[in-house]
Amino acid sequence: MCAAQRGQRVLAVEIDTAGALGATLEVAPFGFDPVVVGDGIEALAIDTESALAEYLRLFVRIPFVGRIGPVARLFDYVAQAAPGVREILTLGKICHEARTGPWDLIVVDAPATGHVVEHLTAPQVIGELVRVGMVRDQTAWMREIIEDPSRTGVVIVTTPEETPVNETLELWHRWHHETDVDVAGVVANRVAGEPFAPREHDLVQRLENPEVASALRERIGPGLDAILAAGHLAATRRRTAMGHLSRLRHELPPDEPPVLIPEIREVASTRRLVVEMARRLGDELDVEVPHP
Amino acid sequence: MTSRHPETMAELVAAREVLIVTGAGGVGKTTMAAALALEAARRREGRVLVITVDPARRLADALGVDHIGHGATRIEAPDLIGEDARGELWAAMLDARAGWDALVQLHAPDDDTRDRLVSNPLYRDVTGRFVHSHEYLAMERLHELHSSGVYDLIVVDTPPSAHAVDVIDAPARMIEFFESRWLNWLTAPSRSRVVGLVARPFYQVLERVLGPRFGEDLAEMFGLLDRLRPGFVARAREVARLVASSATGIVVVTTSETTAMVEVDSLMRELTTRHLEIAGAVLNRVMPAEIVTDSGSSSARALGELLERTSDLEDLAAGWGEEEAVVRTTLARLGERFADVEALHRRDQASVAVLEAATPVVTCVELFDVDIADLSTLSRVGSTLWAGVADRPDWSPQEE
Repeated sequence: MCAAQRGQRVLAVEIDTAGALGATLEVAPFGFDPVVVGDGIEALAIDTESALAEYLRLFVRIPFVGRIGPVARLFDYVAQAAPGVREILTLGKICHEARTGPWDLIVVDAPATGHVVEHLTAPQVIGELVRVGMVRDQTAWMREIIEDPSRTGVVIVTTPEETPVNETLELWHRWHHETDVDVAGVVANRVAGEPFAPREHDLVQRLENPEVASALRERIGPGLDAILAAGHLAATRRRTAMGHLSRLRHELPPDEPPVLIPEIREVASTRRLVVEMARRLGDELDVEVPHP
Repeated sequence: MTSRHPETMAELVAAREVLIVTGAGGVGKTTMAAALALEAARRREGRVLVITVDPARRLADALGVDHIGHGATRIEAPDLIGEDARGELWAAMLDARAGWDALVQLHAPDDDTRDRLVSNPLYRDVTGRFVHSHEYLAMERLHELHSSGVYDLIVVDTPPSAHAVDVIDAPARMIEFFESRWLNWLTAPSRSRVVGLVARPFYQVLERVLGPRFGEDLAEMFGLLDRLRPGFVARAREVARLVASSATGIVVVTTSETTAMVEVDSLMRELTTRHLEIAGAVLNRVMPAEIVTDSGSSSARALGELLERTSDLEDLAAGWGEEEAVVRTTLARLGERFADVEALHRRDQASVAVLEAATPVVTCVELFDVDIADLSTLSRVGSTLWAGVADRPDWSPQEE
């Protein structure tokens, strides 16, 4: 959305998530052909049957007359056990869109941590398992696209908490050692804001002293303690989050710091959340907005 | 056993032999599984085991130990588990590769099948991804450890998956895989020269897409897997029975964040269609009870009024030796932070209502102001879990 608002033609791609992207954008489920989902974004979802049909038509040039359904379901079945079969079709579709589609940017909602490396290394794995044949050429052109840092980058999204930061660092290292795909950046989402300015913080600290607080307590009552505790909680959460962020920064290369997205509270809908997040992402990335 | 449902986490733990802890990613599932097991070991006699298949080693993090292996390890921390602890705490982590090799060893009809499968190039790559492999292995390992009879309670921390119900479904999916007609069709060439109507074009397509060698390896692997079928299916049925039995309870962990509650909602619907129920729920990271109080909200209203009275602010500023503007913004921000907590508390209450409609055991765990990365904080969480329904936030802001 952030890119679309800046005049880019954007395709959002959903894999294996059964409509989660559509649900987040609050639009009707979409299929294999791109549909407009508003705010300048188009989207599609990849399923095995359509991907296989297109793959065969475009790359293998098998004149497939009649029904492909049973063969595709067999592909799906085999994909439960065999490495790279479905991934290569999925990635084939994405790379095909990148090569021939009208898009300035393709954003793929990738599978969760732990599965994503398998997706992007599928051409490499298949390339190693299969040493001869046309598939070598097939995987070669895909690798050209996904291993070119000027064309493809991975964005790792995390939150400033213990486990997500650990997983992000682990993924980041795996990425560098196990793949030839560039990590474009790390985004830390839901970063709690600084609850008080420095002078305000000093005053809040002084209010911890009952003598200092007494004048205020006389005016607003004994619930002051609960209010101070709420302030304390916000400050502590912020400090804990900053600790994890500094760990993240410390382990990432100095010239690739994480991009921080402030916490967004109380939005009425997931679409509103996306809109709000796009705005803040734009602010953080410091990119020009053409229409004020 | 009576038909009465357990109403606290303590009763639930006493009534079950297995607890499967499930929920969306990032809600503190691993921490809750570890805390439940730790507290059970402190309060009851016998051996409590917590298992995970987590490749990211969250359980080891949560238990404050460096490493937990494929075999069960006793967690020794007398100062924290307590000298007076009545039980023992054990932990095990599943290694997907070792788990698969063990299964192949168990179900292969002969050494030749086993060796050929283990050396098949595709099989070597399969272990991490086979039919929700992690989920199934978690359930299979659970069955193995449960039937060993060594442990009185087993708490399973489930792997992160796209949907929480995948774990529950894993045995059924495994049965489906091995009993599928596709397996017959795919393995037809390796049994005879008669090739299935669909398998022939499939292998043709596959060989055109992925090369002839890949097709051969694939046909071999499916042929070998087919020989494991009887053992695998029988075992998967036993595993499915254990998961659905009254000895097993499903515990859902969530936070009141929208994305987590959406996942809970979908899990509840999926379980209903499978005639399974949620034995207990933990709402994690609720707003602390010391903040959400009636006196807090009445003082917050008084604070709002105070901010309208410049003379009072000037008095306070003079008393504190501070600028009036700083006093004004500081107090305004304190009011905002309190309002934030109130808003999140209302969201907590809405989530509690949803969970209570699904299960009699709902426990809230307050947001900790530190990360839970060692046994002492884990034990604080454990005590909260035990406190049960009484600790549920029942305060609500007074009407304006």
